[in-house]
Amino acid sequence: MILANLLQEADLRWPDKVRARGDTCLQARGCEIECSPGVVAELCGWLFSERGYCFATLIAEERASQWELRYVWYGNGDQGVIHIVTRQPLAEQAFASLIGHVHAVDWNEREAEDLFGLTFTGHPRLGDFVLHDDRWNREVTPMRKHVDGSAPLVRLLPEREWKPLLVLNAPGAFAMPIGPIYAGVAESALFLLETQGEDVVRCLPRLFYKYRGIEKIAEGHTATHALLLAERCNGTSAFAHGLAYCQAAEAICRAKVPGRAQVLRVLLAELERFRHHTAAIREICESTGLPVGTSEASILEEELLSLSCRFTGHRYLFGLHTIGGLTRNFEVGDCLQMLEAAQDILGRLEELEKMLRYSNSFLDRIEEVGGVSYDDAREFGLVGPIARASGVDRDVRKMQPYAGYGDFSFEVPQEKAGDGYARLRVLFSEARQSVGLIQQAVNALPDGPVRAEIVNLTPGAALGWAEAPRGATFHWLRIGDDLTVARYRLATPSFLNWNGFHLATENFAFQDFPIIMATFGLSVAESDR
Amino acid sequence: MSSWVISGIKTGIKSTHYPEEQEIRSGVSPGLPVTGSAEGRTPEICPTGALVVTEGRIGVDYRKCIHCFRCVRAENTAPLDWHQSYEWAARTDAEPPALDTRMFGRSLHVLVVDAGDCSACLSEITQLNGPYYNLHRLGFFITPTPRSADLLLVVGPATDQMRVALKQAYDAMPTPKRVVAVGVCAISGGVFGPSFIAGSGAADVVPVDVLVPGCPPPPLAILHGLLVAVGLKPPAVITSPPALAKQTEVSL
Repeated sequence: MILANLLQEADLRWPDKVRARGDTCLQARGCEIECSPGVVAELCGWLFSERGYCFATLIAEERASQWELRYVWYGNGDQGVIHIVTRQPLAEQAFASLIGHVHAVDWNEREAEDLFGLTFTGHPRLGDFVLHDDRWNREVTPMRKHVDGSAPLVRLLPEREWKPLLVLNAPGAFAMPIGPIYAGVAESALFLLETQGEDVVRCLPRLFYKYRGIEKIAEGHTATHALLLAERCNGTSAFAHGLAYCQAAEAICRAKVPGRAQVLRVLLAELERFRHHTAAIREICESTGLPVGTSEASILEEELLSLSCRFTGHRYLFGLHTIGGLTRNFEVGDCLQMLEAAQDILGRLEELEKMLRYSNSFLDRIEEVGGVSYDDAREFGLVGPIARASGVDRDVRKMQPYAGYGDFSFEVPQEKAGDGYARLRVLFSEARQSVGLIQQAVNALPDGPVRAEIVNLTPGAALGWAEAPRGATFHWLRIGDDLTVARYRLATPSFLNWNGFHLATENFAFQDFPIIMATFGLSVAESDR
Repeated sequence: MSSWVISGIKTGIKSTHYPEEQEIRSGVSPGLPVTGSAEGRTPEICPTGALVVTEGRIGVDYRKCIHCFRCVRAENTAPLDWHQSYEWAARTDAEPPALDTRMFGRSLHVLVVDAGDCSACLSEITQLNGPYYNLHRLGFFITPTPRSADLLLVVGPATDQMRVALKQAYDAMPTPKRVVAVGVCAISGGVFGPSFIAGSGAADVVPVDVLVPGCPPPPLAILHGLLVAVGLKPPAVITSPPALAKQTEVSL
């Protein structure tokens, strides 16, 4: 009903320019709106500001003779998932930028510009994003179809040295570089902190040192092979990404996933979330220099890792997915044992929470530090625990339920403060909800197989999504006529959230930087793909 | 503040006794497939080509095995045998001798460089630094700077944009120095490389001395790799059966 009204209104506002299509590739509660390139910006802006939709991702595709740009939006329940699609001939590479209407598309457009060679007119900051300007010539566009993803690219000499655009002009101002290799066991990324001495005035993250081109190397492989890549885009949230990928593939071939597999998927995804959040809590303790707290959290993390290994065979839940279900069954007895161990670990995590709540030296470091306001979080399209700590109620498990989530009751914890402490509280509350969900899943485990009997992959395209531990992830899969992957788009929560990272770091002191980074708990691998 | 002290004491000592004793706690390692008869088994099931058939037996090349479990869980094929071990680290062929620990006075500094990993390998290295595995008790320390590092731990397939930084970090280390490649990506590129942007492992950029296979290798396997690099533990062989290592040298 909501969708029908929406389409009617869109048709009234932009007569003859907007066309809704009942595309077969879309799941229930989804619709595709085709429109001319000229009205995309207005249409998306309207969805975002007036209709309250959340931006998921921009999918650029090079089809046979034309470009296809797909802006994916999602809302609560009946609001559904909306694809705004616009097409134009391959020769015309300029599109209007949406940045004036929807800030969240910023990095998506920069990425498409770098990898496809598209230009987005009106975007203020293109170039030097995925492909670094000091390594690659601007002519290199690896995602184009004619480029072979398996052989090294011909390296044309870069046109220029990379010089970051610095804005701070004051006596004694300088840019402090952190990375790409820096202290301890850390992922590779560069942060330039512009400062006049004490406070970080501007933070400029430069990512993609770890760019592995997963979207490109998946092309030409079978869908079962690309599943390995989906799991390994981020090892610490492998199950959630594998799940989103499998759901996309299952939507294409209309595979009927058995009920037992759907419930087990919830159980395993929540086990992963529990472990991820414990690790994130450990990182926050570590960043504030709290060794006992770090050790306590680290012990719980290791126990969850070895629990996962005993239960599933792998410490990071690799190799459990298959298109149409799961690769192995789990006995009820094993599930009960796992639940008992998880509850015990949660009990100890709650003890740690109590201790942290009464440690002033710890609270001083994270309270009112690294704040992100509600408006900023919405404007920048943040997702996951970070958005929820700023009061943005956004969780695709509730908004667009998948797997068995529709049948279970759980809360999505929210905080209003938006600071580091709020994010920590969200992590603790979500860990509790996860164990609650594991318990419900074990109690409601239906009998039956865990794998669909027949899975016949057919050409087509579909979107799969999941709430990964760091936020919503969207996987777009197109299977070509030769039954290999023609396009695989991986929209990850870290990619969206890094875009808003500078909001939290700016105007805070230098020594707060590692703490803010830890409370954000983002993954570079997940963003760089 | 005293509550932290009490909590610490209450938790007690959790550290493993490895390497003095074998670790028997379950869940410390996902294990690896081992060689077996080729009858009823399909080596083609392996997505990375780690399974090789010679003389009626299936051999496993650990430089490529990514723990996808397809050789044990696939339908319509007999599962391969699986071995719950963790001492996996092997030496490369052309390598200098192990670092002499006496020279370092039980204080060896390790620099960890992420050259494009999926963050699972890094997470396992972080665990190595935690109470259960406690790297420090063996005289290994993770250092923030290459200038004071004796040993380089590389994870990830050496992506194009990390190559310069990786090479610079290695060059900045004083000699003698050794490199340990952690994880299948750092050994052979794994599922990512070689490709248009990722290499076929750390050996593309820096000379590698010790290989720690696994996806990701569990903390104890990485610890074994460190102990092999300093000559405190004998190395394992990178294939099962060991004779396969020579045959696959060319194909890799």
